[in-house]
Amino acid sequence: MNDFEQFRQTFFEECDELLQKFEEVASRLTPGMDDLDELNDMFRSVHSIKAGAGAFKLDRLVNYAHKLENVMDQLRSGELTLQADDPDLIVQAGDVLHVLVERARAGEEADAGVEDEVLSALEVMSRGGAEPVETAAESDAGSPETEGELAVSDFKITFRPLRAMYETANEPQLLIAALKELGELECDIKIDEMPPLANINPLDGFITWTLVLRGCDSIGDIEEIFEFVEGDCELSITPFGQPEASTFTADIEEGAAVDVSEQTTATLASETTKPNASNTSNTSGGAPAKSMGSIRVDLDRVDRLVDMVGELVIAQAMALEGLSEQIGLQNVNQLQALEDLTMRTRELQEGVMAIRMQPIKTLFSRFPRIVRDLAKKLDKSVRLELDGELTEVDKTIIEELSDPLTHMIRNCLDHGLETPDERESAGKPTEGVVTLSAEQRNGRILIKVADDGRGLNTEKVLKRAIERGIVSEDDNLTKEEIEALIFQPGFSTASAVSDVSGRGVGMDVVRRNIQKLGGRVTVDSEMGKGSCITLALPLTLAVLDGMLVGVAQEKFVIPLSSILETVCPEPQSIRKMPDGGSVVSLRGEAIRLIDLTKTLNLSRNGQPEPLRKLVVIVENEVGRQVGIIVDEMLGQQQVVIKSLETNFHAIKGVAGTAILGDGRVRLILDIDGLAESNRSPSGAKQPPLDIAIGDE
Amino acid sequence: MPESDVALLVEPDEKADNSSAHTRQYVSFIAGNSSYAVDIMSVREIKGWTEVTNLPNQPDYVRGVLNLRGAVLPIIDLKCRLGEGLTEPTDRHVIVIVAIGARQVGLVADAVSDILNVTDDEVKPVPDSHGGVDTDVFKGFVTKTEQMVAMLDLSKVLNSSVVELNTAVPETNKIDADSRS
Repeated sequence: MNDFEQFRQTFFEECDELLQKFEEVASRLTPGMDDLDELNDMFRSVHSIKAGAGAFKLDRLVNYAHKLENVMDQLRSGELTLQADDPDLIVQAGDVLHVLVERARAGEEADAGVEDEVLSALEVMSRGGAEPVETAAESDAGSPETEGELAVSDFKITFRPLRAMYETANEPQLLIAALKELGELECDIKIDEMPPLANINPLDGFITWTLVLRGCDSIGDIEEIFEFVEGDCELSITPFGQPEASTFTADIEEGAAVDVSEQTTATLASETTKPNASNTSNTSGGAPAKSMGSIRVDLDRVDRLVDMVGELVIAQAMALEGLSEQIGLQNVNQLQALEDLTMRTRELQEGVMAIRMQPIKTLFSRFPRIVRDLAKKLDKSVRLELDGELTEVDKTIIEELSDPLTHMIRNCLDHGLETPDERESAGKPTEGVVTLSAEQRNGRILIKVADDGRGLNTEKVLKRAIERGIVSEDDNLTKEEIEALIFQPGFSTASAVSDVSGRGVGMDVVRRNIQKLGGRVTVDSEMGKGSCITLALPLTLAVLDGMLVGVAQEKFVIPLSSILETVCPEPQSIRKMPDGGSVVSLRGEAIRLIDLTKTLNLSRNGQPEPLRKLVVIVENEVGRQVGIIVDEMLGQQQVVIKSLETNFHAIKGVAGTAILGDGRVRLILDIDGLAESNRSPSGAKQPPLDIAIGDE
Repeated sequence: MPESDVALLVEPDEKADNSSAHTRQYVSFIAGNSSYAVDIMSVREIKGWTEVTNLPNQPDYVRGVLNLRGAVLPIIDLKCRLGEGLTEPTDRHVIVIVAIGARQVGLVADAVSDILNVTDDEVKPVPDSHGGVDTDVFKGFVTKTEQMVAMLDLSKVLNSSVVELNTAVPETNKIDADSRS
């Protein structure tokens, strides 16, 4: 039962990927397009869903997928070409497929008739192409399941299983039995390749079958039988009695090499020629994508692995340290084995980290579709340009980015880009361009969403911000500061709230999501020229870039992403406040200082305070700056984050713990928590010992 | 460090309940001047004392946190927790790693003394106390070889304020919070 559930789950996960692929290609379709690879991709996606659905007895899904598959098949065989409205219909068909899959996943019956409209439209479309389009290389033999088929009913099949086929436990007998179901079958075995018994390698295949199948009306049915062994056998399927030229079919995708040379019935048995064999291997070699296998692994397992490798690196560093203490660093360095170990550990770490990485393409690929739909809805003409799709990003980040990016793209289209008329009068091309790009720079991922629209109207932004009481009129804000106002909660300049964007949960949510990932958002805009929003994200969530600081003999980690700058202020620019705190004046701004020895109750054990204070200026969640007083900066370090709550409980001002290279645990400071406990110094006192008795 | 570890392997068939319905095995250890015992099934590991990292604004008996092969464990000074003052840890002190529910916690002890086989009726109840001190950290007493051993109720050793705090802080992913700030 559990196994079944698991298979079911795997099937639906696969469906997600297949649907995504389908939609991705569908959104690129243009009338008249005949890119065989793309069309094949779509066909394969639908076909795989159909096959899987069949296994789970999802009849309605199978039915629908089958019909869609037929149309896709006509398209890829060139029998149909895409007419003006067809790409939209295909997109729509993909949507319906999606609905059916989702329903099936939920174990529900889809609403009656959801597929009817699309199906009838598909039927019209498929009939519209009934008069075959004559392209030289493609003949009707490749698309046998459609009407207008030449009346072929007899096929000659030569089939030679290779070793790989036996190794994957495929049984020729079963395949032949399946063929027999399709019609009348004559079977001829050729065993002259068989070596003497003494020399025989029982693992190899030596037998060639020559089969004549009569009364079967579709080469597709035959190919289907051999679908799972393609590439593992030499196979040729030839219809009888056809002019030589037309037997070449475009079905290379199936990996089943279709014999080019027509043979007569008379020479059937003797003809499994060598050129034929090499021909086969060439063609099946043309579809190597299938062998690039991938497996599905629970993210939990990967994380555990990442964790473990992190420990290994630390343990290895500790071992090295311990050893050099005993025999001296010089001697340690001479131990080749140890050096190897160090190198391998690093490689292992990199390799394991790479498991979590995915090309950002998986995320970007959904946007052409969104842009297309939205542009239509908004009556704007928009071109989406994607760049750097192969940039690899942590899987979790990709997942978390989906909503913010969608929102940003919508914003671009809705608010950023003008209507075609406006654009024309502004002297711009009517088609707006939205660019979505990703790149890796300085150990961070930069994702940019840019448009060539009207840009931010700083006056309007400022006016709105004052209206909303976010800033006051006499704050003298720079252009950057005004632009940054769009990230304030409750800020939305869209004059009218549309169902596209402008629901008031705007850029502040984007910003919060990005910050949650340890990233930053910046905006850069020029009136009339367009705007560009940049997300800077860490490469991975498993490690945190931190600054190690020393205070009163303790060491702490401050997340690097929150650090703005470090200053060493003149003593006279620090001022005590009546509440016991202090502020520092920095370029005319007064910034609150946090004294870690006070808020964290650290003891200097009689050691003197350093004469000059070092202040790390950090920015908290709402963008306010605070300064943290530290004794020394110990350097930048990547740390593995560990929760304190797993075995203990959260402590105010501590965001988590990190295990450093020396194996010691260090605390990661939580800026917001610190600022808060700084505000109420009494709250930072040691909590009274709770001596509750009783089980409650 | 690993060489100072004394791993306690508990064979499954050593489960006291199997041999006799009422006999359990306890690990006894000394902290300060007293002996304590915990159920052997809750003991994960015993390791030598190593420096811990202090936690700010915690009760004195929370000595700090320790990295145990990647897990960050709080270290409780048992002596201090039971009102006998702070331990001055040396290399000879040990940390008894115990599981309390899903959590793992280290208890600082002077030394591990024995493994006791105790039948349930040998455990004498804790007399009513007249003071306000939380005596419920003890499940009972056992007198073996002239020594009175206090059976610890581990769930009470982590101060109730700590336990409550635990439940009060739901899984708000504090980790995310740090990278965000």
